[in-house]
Amino acid sequence: MDHITFLVAMVIVTALAFDFTNGFHDTANAMATSIATGALRPKVAVGISGVLNLAGAFLSTEVARTISGGIVDDSLVTPGMIFAGLVGAILWNLMTWLLGLPSSSSHALFGGLIGAVWVGAGRGGVHFDKVVEKILIPAVASPVVAGLAALAATYLAYRITARAPKDGVSKGFRTGQVASASLVSLAHGTNDAQKTMGVITLALISCGALGHDAGPPVWVVLTSGLAIATGTYLGGWRIIRTMGKGIVDIESPQGFAAESAATAVILTSANLGFALSTTQVCSGGILGAGVGRRLAEVRWSTAGRMALAWLVTLPAAAAVGAVAAGAVVHGGTLGTVLIAVAAVVIAAVIVLLSRRNPVHADNVNSAPTTSVRRSATAHAGA
Amino acid sequence: MDVKWGSLGEVAVVSFGATVGVVLFFALGVRALAGRDAARTAGQDGTALTAAAGACFAVCAGAVLYGLYLIIPQFH
Repeated sequence: MDHITFLVAMVIVTALAFDFTNGFHDTANAMATSIATGALRPKVAVGISGVLNLAGAFLSTEVARTISGGIVDDSLVTPGMIFAGLVGAILWNLMTWLLGLPSSSSHALFGGLIGAVWVGAGRGGVHFDKVVEKILIPAVASPVVAGLAALAATYLAYRITARAPKDGVSKGFRTGQVASASLVSLAHGTNDAQKTMGVITLALISCGALGHDAGPPVWVVLTSGLAIATGTYLGGWRIIRTMGKGIVDIESPQGFAAESAATAVILTSANLGFALSTTQVCSGGILGAGVGRRLAEVRWSTAGRMALAWLVTLPAAAAVGAVAAGAVVHGGTLGTVLIAVAAVVIAAVIVLLSRRNPVHADNVNSAPTTSVRRSATAHAGA
Repeated sequence: MDVKWGSLGEVAVVSFGATVGVVLFFALGVRALAGRDAARTAGQDGTALTAAAGACFAVCAGAVLYGLYLIIPQFH
């Protein structure tokens, strides 16, 4: 029993850590364009987003009973594999944050789990057809839909307001952005905090601390909500800079169009049962909004690097998850401790590297992302 | 494998329509407000334009409320 309890405790701690990185990584989705256009001051934006994420965690009553949406065989999943998968997801989230890349936290979590289950339970534990159906197809389709919608909306918005005085127009759309960004934050809280609650609840059920059909206890809801809200409030400024300033020099009508498109896609697909990545939808919307105004303004090199990060996220997190699962499954408690220590060390190194080139509330709107990445790589190599 | 192409198409069409609709009305509202200001500066009465702007923003507010309804499961 001791062994199981230790492992379950590790799962809870890593799940909360993942939740934190999730909030931290995804603040940009809702708030990047509002910060870039000046609709909200940076600190205010992350504050609103944090509160709405916490509210979202409490609002959603539907318990994530299957943590994975059928992507892996839940009956074969052990706490050790969940732990390994979470380690993979956290490390990938931190790595992409260091590079300022808006990659998907959901894909990182799914990837980590897939890798861990593949190693821990064999290839049969992963339902690859579900992976294609639930992850790959929405991953390709959703940013395209959001992008096209934002493109058409941006074009219309500029056409309609072409003769109106520019000041009034930007002010009007900036006000609208406050509402659209808040909706994205709330939708994010209901979706992403749920995932962590599901993971912790599953771990508690697997060790017998909870009955089989139990929902998450209040303390799980509270800690998950707080973890994601704290992460959101601290703000992944690097990613906010990339999304707000790196892809397109965004104006308030574009920000409003991008956020409206993201909200529309997230809500309609959640309603029809498609799991998708908030990050990818929001980036798609921003890209579309850039194209809708003037094609040349989109920094395609940044967009390309972002797309590459999307492709790599799932397999990369899976690889880390697989390595971690190997150690946990074969190494027992010692392996688990080693992996935990290794994860903490790598996380600390990433945070230290980020200190050399910090991005925070005061300089989030200043420089385009390219310099972030170059100097980060240079420092890493130095 | 059972890819629900129909639902996927539905998501695409509904999202596209909702986005373009909301932004269209918001932009019309912004333009009406700007028109009202111009009318007032010219010494005219801008009541009709104020009403038009109000109607446009009301449509957008309706869309936001519907979004909240979708997000919050307690309402279902």
